[in-house]
Amino acid sequence: MEALDQAAAPGTPVGRRLFLGLLGVGALGVVFGAKVQDVLERALGPLISKDGTGLSALLPIGRFRIYTVTGDLPHKAKPDYKLSVHGLVDTPFQLTYAELRALPPTHLDKDFQCVTGWRVPDVQWKGVLVSDLLDRAGVKSEATALRFTSFDGTYTESLTVAQARRPDVIVAYQLEGDDISDAHGGPVRLYVAPMYGYKSIKWLDGIELTKEVRPGYWEDLGYDVDGWIGRSNDRDDKPV
Amino acid sequence: MIETTNRSEAPLLRFGRVERWLHWVNATLFFVIMLTGASLYIGPLSAIVGRRELIRAIHVYCGIALPVPLLIALIGRHGARLRRDFRELNRFAPGESRWFRARTRGSVRLGKFNPGQKLNAVFIGAAGLVMLATGSIMKWFTLFPIDWRTGATFVHDWFALGIWVAVIGHVMFAFKDPVALGGMMRGYVSATWARRERPRWYEAENQESIKPEPQDTPR
Repeated sequence: MEALDQAAAPGTPVGRRLFLGLLGVGALGVVFGAKVQDVLERALGPLISKDGTGLSALLPIGRFRIYTVTGDLPHKAKPDYKLSVHGLVDTPFQLTYAELRALPPTHLDKDFQCVTGWRVPDVQWKGVLVSDLLDRAGVKSEATALRFTSFDGTYTESLTVAQARRPDVIVAYQLEGDDISDAHGGPVRLYVAPMYGYKSIKWLDGIELTKEVRPGYWEDLGYDVDGWIGRSNDRDDKPV
Repeated sequence: MIETTNRSEAPLLRFGRVERWLHWVNATLFFVIMLTGASLYIGPLSAIVGRRELIRAIHVYCGIALPVPLLIALIGRHGARLRRDFRELNRFAPGESRWFRARTRGSVRLGKFNPGQKLNAVFIGAAGLVMLATGSIMKWFTLFPIDWRTGATFVHDWFALGIWVAVIGHVMFAFKDPVALGGMMRGYVSATWARRERPRWYEAENQESIKPEPQDTPR
């Protein structure tokens, strides 16, 4: 067979070399991809976010990736939306979408960093400080943490009261000047600027004050509860 | 150039039944995988399509299924033609890389495949394997270091982009050459086409036609 092979197809085994080369690139990419990705995001991300054609949005750099943990893209119409703040508080309350929008807004212009490596630079967020909501509810002294729930019915998240009171933690309803779409967690989601994206729960519908931190959905699957960007999950991204 | 065409010359068998079957099964799987992949990846598209869990399941299981038809087609006696084509795809004949330059392209006498087809086939094969591996890491990420999930996503994204480019190119070239496309649909190409486009293959086939090919007669 080998002799016949030589006779039938003489020449250089370019195919085999390319094949093995590509497998090698793939394997290296898996092991070192996280670092290469960081470099690319930093170098090209700002350029791509300014590209007017939108074509570069197809490149796997500087773009949001949509993750869900349930079967369908959750959807709730704004008139049906309610955010409830309850648990260990003096006065539990519910806000409609309109009531939330009527509260004093906070603007943040900050990166969004995912724990899987992608980063979207300079995202414009608009929303209400979680701290304001806590003041309105009155946090009881025995409460040390917040538990966030999503109307997708599955996802949960947590923050300590101190973390939640930071000035860069908001209940967001606008993203890049538009109302937040279903895919990005609309109509209302959390944005925890200094922590990895999994902390910024999408489709937020409940904030419960609890005695202690109850790990959220991804934290039960192994991610760090304190998801500081650059200081957790064995990653060294630039802090936000 | 004067073409001395013998109109009565019989068409040549370019792709046997097994190869054509494999090609179209693969094409269908690629079509489904690429479209479901795009609707998971492109935000606006994913909002229109919805049903993420279903789309993801289709994407993952079609991906896992991808090597099966290939392995079935490769093994045993019925795979002889395909195995021979694989050997052909693997090797560049001496001087064949001159085909890539427009200036020297005319001087290359091609065998069954042109060098572009060879690279495309190898790329798709290797990329398919890389996608399978990285996709598996993404699906069963808890079994791997957390950094690998990032790396696998990174590789999966970029290779996906490469596959889209290669497949779109492949389809465009196919439509530009109806005889070649017909070869993959019905198996046969005209002798005129073979002599003009693939002279080395044409000669080899004519020498071989003295003894009939056992693989091509259906049993």
